[in-house]
Amino acid sequence: MPLFRTEGLTKSFGGLRAIDSLDMHVDEGEIVSVIGPNGAGKTTFFNLVTGLEKPDDGVIEFDGQPIVGLVPSQIIKLGIARTFQNVRLFPNMTVRENVMVSRHCRTRSGLIGAVLRTPAFRREEEETRRIAEDTLGFFGTRLVGYRLDQLALVLSYANRRRLEIARAMASSPRLLLLDEPTAGMNPRETVEITELIGKMRDEKGFTILLIEHDMRVVRGVSDRVVVIDYGRKIAEGTYEEVAQNEQVIEAYLGRPAEKGA
Amino acid sequence: MERAATAAEPLDDLLPAPVLSLQRAVRFGLIGGMAAVVVAAIGMVETFEARTLIDPFLALGLTTLYLASFTFGFVAGSPPPEREGFAKPKAGLRSLAAGAIAGVLAGVVLSAFMLLADAVNLRNIFVSVSPQLLELLTFGKGLGTGILLVLVVSTAVGVAGSAVHLIPAQVRRPIMYTVMWVLLVGLLQSVIEPVFRGLGLPSLIDVLYEEAGGLRLAGVVIVAAAVFLLSFFLGGKGRALQGRLDALPAQRRRSYISILLLVAAAIVYMIPRVVGPFLSEVLDLAGLYLLMALGLNIVIGYAGLLDLGYVAFFAVGAYTTAILTSPNSPRFTPEMTLWASLPFVVLAAALAGLLVGTPVLRMRGDYLAIVTLGFGEIARILLNSDALKETFGGAQGIINIPNMVIGPLTVRGPEVFFYPIFIFAILAGYVSLAIQNSRMGRAWMAMREDELVAETMGVNIVAAKLSAFVVGASLASIGGALFAVKVGSVFPSSFNIVVSITILVLIIVGGMGSVPGVTVGALALVALPELLREFNEYKFLMYGILLIFMMLKRPEGFIPSKRRALELHQDEVLQDAWLQIYGDEETGPQEEGV
Ligand SMILES: Nc1ncnc2c1ncn2[C@@H]1O[C@H](COP(=O)(O)OP(=O)(O)OP(=O)(O)O)[C@@H](O)[C@H]1O
Ligand SMILES: [Mg+2]
Repeated sequence: MPLFRTEGLTKSFGGLRAIDSLDMHVDEGEIVSVIGPNGAGKTTFFNLVTGLEKPDDGVIEFDGQPIVGLVPSQIIKLGIARTFQNVRLFPNMTVRENVMVSRHCRTRSGLIGAVLRTPAFRREEEETRRIAEDTLGFFGTRLVGYRLDQLALVLSYANRRRLEIARAMASSPRLLLLDEPTAGMNPRETVEITELIGKMRDEKGFTILLIEHDMRVVRGVSDRVVVIDYGRKIAEGTYEEVAQNEQVIEAYLGRPAEKGA
Repeated sequence: MERAATAAEPLDDLLPAPVLSLQRAVRFGLIGGMAAVVVAAIGMVETFEARTLIDPFLALGLTTLYLASFTFGFVAGSPPPEREGFAKPKAGLRSLAAGAIAGVLAGVVLSAFMLLADAVNLRNIFVSVSPQLLELLTFGKGLGTGILLVLVVSTAVGVAGSAVHLIPAQVRRPIMYTVMWVLLVGLLQSVIEPVFRGLGLPSLIDVLYEEAGGLRLAGVVIVAAAVFLLSFFLGGKGRALQGRLDALPAQRRRSYISILLLVAAAIVYMIPRVVGPFLSEVLDLAGLYLLMALGLNIVIGYAGLLDLGYVAFFAVGAYTTAILTSPNSPRFTPEMTLWASLPFVVLAAALAGLLVGTPVLRMRGDYLAIVTLGFGEIARILLNSDALKETFGGAQGIINIPNMVIGPLTVRGPEVFFYPIFIFAILAGYVSLAIQNSRMGRAWMAMREDELVAETMGVNIVAAKLSAFVVGASLASIGGALFAVKVGSVFPSSFNIVVSITILVLIIVGGMGSVPGVTVGALALVALPELLREFNEYKFLMYGILLIFMMLKRPEGFIPSKRRALELHQDEVLQDAWLQIYGDEETGPQEEGV
């Protein structure tokens, strides 16, 4: 049984079918890339999965359980965490706090514990802190040390993306949804992220669903590639298979920059 | 400098404006004059003149009047902002000239007003524009000489304002502090005298103050010398001391801190005894406001929910206490003790918090503000209504609320009541700080920053919002309970919108999200107008001016929370971050491309 599955997923905005009876599955431990031209419906797909939009029709199952109708905070608790295409951090919170927030769904201490400083509260707080710092350590020296106490808004663009990924990782998800994690990064940073995505699966055991425009990244990490156009799946397979597919080439025609590599 | 010299011609419009911008000086002079006219026309000058600051020659009225010339002289004379790559603009004689121009113009505007007031009877519109006011403004010398004097004084004060820029930076602070403290000590005579008497130092009063009011010249010298020396030698030492304390081994530090706490407790214990009943009463009031402000600070400062009807929770606390404890409660008379009723009071407030919170779950910002404003009014109208008279007593309220009893002790009178209020305020402050750095505190902050993302990252928005309302309501209700017991009765008219607004103002002025800021805000904005009765009349005008000033110049408040201070110093950090990235590029571990 796949870890994650959709069937007949459909979503329209007015007359526009952003997602059109999409069937999709991801097995445990897989890295699957979702590609497609701009406006194909990739981000909308993520929004449907994480509960930010309600599908018009269709099924979404995670770990055998239907999740349509759940609110986003319940979905992350089940183990699906995401990043946003247009980085959305908590700008006036520190780097460490940004990551600690996503432990919310894995912790339970309440106001009373905080006021009384119970041992359970302190233990949990300590653990949250440690997990946050460890997760940030995943990106080398970039987000640790004095950076931990800096506000997120002062970070460079690439570091904001890293922080957003760290924030999603810290919620201990089973499925991680990354929406264009390398957008706006320079080639070296892109390579670095590509390697890290592999490491996330191998070392942390995340299953990863990735939206990406950079074909070098897609080729570098994907076990399987799903191509969407106008909300429909037009091809699926290994990178090489998909790259040969007539329909895919057509969808990307006139967009040589994307097709390259 | 180099860059400025070589690129001067094509970059002409980028060059800094000359120090003396005539237009600026004129503009600020006219604004200053207008401000002075307003101060005079609404009667502030006359009312304030009754308070002598420094015995023969300086009273609060004219000081306030010429504060306008001083302030706008200061602004007109300020050098233009520094620009990257250019020499730092210096204040010089041109600053003084700008100050003089602003001062003269302010004087001219004020003189024009005086001429007008002399020629036409303005009293139909401005009740306070009386012959006495004119007498005061002309220094009692008749219109002709008076106007001349006004011009001279205003110019001199304007120049003095701009001269502040010429004082070397090292001594500017001590000098400013000295002037401010002298004026403050003169202003607060009615506060300081009973304190000295309480401390057993009545002789000092005679040295400092004139009997009829105002500092003596000797007093001025003493205060000035003390403040100047203290600020000159102690300036910045506080931080060094903190550093030394931090450097101590944990155990020694802990014992030092506990000694400090004991000393602080002893001082607090002495406060009401020393200051006497009147000042204690004022402190009690400030303490109640502080308690509520800390609660509202959680709702607005932490969770970002702009609640303008906060007084409703105060009312719920007060009325629940009244109903549960008073034998005169119209419907239920359980006649509990205060302590027995307190859990129910908090419970009632928490329910009220849920009641208000639930319908506004989906609202943000302005909409939330308007709706909560409505809730605040609804609460007052319900309490006042005839339909519910059977329960709440209508306009007659509920009287005969019994005193607070602690063991064998009956808490009566403002001096004794100071202690419970103080203790509850400390508790509220502790609760605020404890929650701030906890799971829920972070969730609130995240929600304030970006509700949608907070929800996506696992924060249950419904629970977070409701809990913020409930915690805020609970703190307000304790304030309400103390208020009810202290006054001994509750009436609907005590719970009007002005209370909500005052609490909001003192949070904004003190520093949103900052516990020390809110404390200072409560003392300055609630206690001060109570102490100086003439201020009370113009309280809301001053709140308004202060709010506008804060929004323009210091939106993070006077004592901002650490976080807001960080936001304020963003530029520096940004630069630092840029340097760091730059460094990363050079020493980065990866090789280029693949
Ligand atoms: N909230 C919305 N309301 C109306 N239309 C929407 C909304 N969100 C997305 N759309 C439309 O749905 C289509 C798919 O958008 P989506 O953002 O999912 O594309 P995408 O594949 O992520 O594109 P990109 O590669 O540019 O990120 C687009 O035509 C978009 O305009
Ligand atoms: Mg997208």
